[in-house]
Amino acid sequence: MTSALKSKPASAMLAGYNPELFFDEMVSADGEIRPHYAKFAELFQATTKESFDSKRQAVDLAFMRQGVTFNVYGDSAGTEKIFPFDLLPRIIPNKEWEMLERGLAQRITALNLFLHDIYHEQKILKDGVIPPQYVLSGKHFRREFVNFNVPKDIYIHICGTDLIRDDKGNYLVLEDNGRCPSGVSYVLENRRALKRTFPEMFETIGVRPVENYPQELLRTLQYIAPAGVAYPRVVLLTPGAYNSAYFEHTYLARQMGIEIVEGRDLVVRNARVFMRTTKGLQPVHVIYRRLDDDFLDPTVFRRDSMLGVPGLVNAYRSGNVSLANSIGTGIADDKVMYYFVPRMIKYYLDQDPIIPNVDTYLASEEADKKYILENLEKLVVKAANESGGYGMLIGPKATKAEIAEFRKKVEAEPRNYIAQPTISLSRHPTHVNDGLFEGRHIDLRPFVLYGEKIVTVPGGLTRVALRQGSLVVNSSQGGGSKDTWVLYGDE
Amino acid sequence: MLSRVANSLYWMSRYIERAENIARIVDVNLPLLLDLRDLNEKRLAAHWLPIVQTTGDEELFFALHKKATAKNVTEFLVFQMENPNSIVSSICQARENARMVRDQITIELWEELNRLYWFVRTNTARQVWKESPSEYFQQIKAGSLHIIGLTDATLIHNEGWWFAQAGKFLERADKTSRILDLRYQTLPEKGAPKSVNQEDVLEWSAILRSCSAWDAYKSINGAEVNPVLVAEFLLFNEEFPRSVEFCVSELNRALRRISGVAEGKFINAAEKLAGRLVAELQFTTIDEIFDQGLHQYLDVLQLKINNIGAELFNAYIFQQFNNLEDEIMVQQEEQQQQSVKAE
Repeated sequence: MTSALKSKPASAMLAGYNPELFFDEMVSADGEIRPHYAKFAELFQATTKESFDSKRQAVDLAFMRQGVTFNVYGDSAGTEKIFPFDLLPRIIPNKEWEMLERGLAQRITALNLFLHDIYHEQKILKDGVIPPQYVLSGKHFRREFVNFNVPKDIYIHICGTDLIRDDKGNYLVLEDNGRCPSGVSYVLENRRALKRTFPEMFETIGVRPVENYPQELLRTLQYIAPAGVAYPRVVLLTPGAYNSAYFEHTYLARQMGIEIVEGRDLVVRNARVFMRTTKGLQPVHVIYRRLDDDFLDPTVFRRDSMLGVPGLVNAYRSGNVSLANSIGTGIADDKVMYYFVPRMIKYYLDQDPIIPNVDTYLASEEADKKYILENLEKLVVKAANESGGYGMLIGPKATKAEIAEFRKKVEAEPRNYIAQPTISLSRHPTHVNDGLFEGRHIDLRPFVLYGEKIVTVPGGLTRVALRQGSLVVNSSQGGGSKDTWVLYGDE
Repeated sequence: MLSRVANSLYWMSRYIERAENIARIVDVNLPLLLDLRDLNEKRLAAHWLPIVQTTGDEELFFALHKKATAKNVTEFLVFQMENPNSIVSSICQARENARMVRDQITIELWEELNRLYWFVRTNTARQVWKESPSEYFQQIKAGSLHIIGLTDATLIHNEGWWFAQAGKFLERADKTSRILDLRYQTLPEKGAPKSVNQEDVLEWSAILRSCSAWDAYKSINGAEVNPVLVAEFLLFNEEFPRSVEFCVSELNRALRRISGVAEGKFINAAEKLAGRLVAELQFTTIDEIFDQGLHQYLDVLQLKINNIGAELFNAYIFQQFNNLEDEIMVQQEEQQQQSVKAE
């Protein structure tokens, strides 16, 4: 049985809130505010509809003025939108966070060991833990980098793992983003916005800060500098001002105090990378690249790439410049590899995964394929190498034509598809309109840094599917975001 | 400093300066018509056409409009995105350049530029315009001056800042010389005008106002307005911050702060041309200019100013880029040599 909110100390605005049949982050099934939201709810009751409205408008206006926006692809050049921001924070108690932190560290460690292994001895393949064809046929497996030693043996330096909670409230890993995960600037900007909106709450509730992320990131980048460079110059390589994450690129560069460069600002001579400055060419040692492998170097990967730097890969191979993330991490993002991550954890660390995977079916396995094709209308089907919510079928919400289309795709290219049961994502009270709050589905993307040690910013980006009933939280597909509070304590 | 960054800072402030100057030109010339009598189509065109000519976009104007009427000219200079030098276009490009170097400028500067951008991009701006063009121009001018102030007061005065200064003063020198050229058709080809009528006074006063020079001029020359005094003031006054000599001196100073080369010496063509032009302006008299013809002099002056800009680009911004195919070949050659060495 579920029922509307019972607890007395709730804002009038939350009074009629009903969690319905979902796992709600704030309100339990019997209508009680969960303990870690108690202080927030108590303070929030002072907020009237009018003051909430004015706070909301102030935040939106501030985001617009500061240009905290993302660019929309496929729209005419220069179309910018603010990433809708919901003022109600998502709160995580300390003991839950400690578990997540351990789980994320375990996962990035296993992934880095896996990448090192498949680019060297390939023991995990030889021992039959992962069928070799899955790795070797992977679109993002870079055979050119077999036996190449990346600095400090770290492949993934920055990881944005997507977590969800199911209808029981269990945390699950939805996918690993080990290429160029984005969104961390919103974590920082959302926190800034909420501190201005509810300054009194931060004093009393005890929220762990996120502000040191840029420092930790810079430390991670400096750690991988080529040996013998006393003062490494670190730069951020962006695809350019029309990229959807350009705001984030400039934001991070500014926070770290490093240069933001485009491909055309860099030039390679004698296997060393330089940037073009008003005083001539200056050496570059570490590149935080926000550019996929394919675009990095037209002499090696896509020949038509205008965004990359000819010769960059040769400089990288010669050990004169370091890249974060390393080339070739895309194979770990492959959704077929995702299926094997629990096995990697067992194989390399002899541990059980602390945060489990979502049950997954591989279309390339005969039995699984049969199951997938028979149950398309119940499953979520994903292309193995797409991100951002593209190339995805949500069975229960799809039309007959869409299901038929995916049936054809899966039959034609089984290696390229996986399927998962439709998870009823947890929900969170979210402002819908006119002072009314309803439950909306959310996920969580924490950011993990792997340098000298593993650092996870307490919290991460909570994305929320603003459309009623929608399960898709991507910014490109009508999602919004929330600030994520990790508490010092559990209440 | 990255060459691309220097380039963006330079253009950011150039475009802001451009937007402000165009706002002043149109603002001053719109109500001027109220004071002129016997307005027919021909006289209207004679009034508005030179204004289009000052921006150097006459050809584009007639590609987009048939006649030089108040409505067409203001639309062209203020709103039209097809005109890359319209007020709205200029502000968009200033903001685009700022966006490219978002990490190099302050939050205060960015927010104000962004605010101005959203103002001209939304319907509010049209609404303000409909109700009072003068209020609209006021907003543009205030926005620009606010941005110039923030550039001065919040940015670190490092190399990049001097590139922004160079852009601002180069644009301002160019625009002042063009505004001064607005009424050349009323002047004799050579020599100073023999007499000045009431209409001339109005028009040359408008020139002063278009340069925000009205009060400064009055404090120096008193009430008398005539073409020779106006030209002398706008070209040679050493203390008025929009005169050509003042702007070129500041441009010259910025160039020297960028390179660290002392006055009287040069290491690139931009410094040579800027230093030479400062000297020319210092040692030329207004009579000499009218003897040869003001319009002709201004034409050459604009060319010289633009050449300084082109040489600045060559010295700092433009570094020989290979095209992609050539660059790929360079890499292959280099990498081949390496493997020979390794054998």
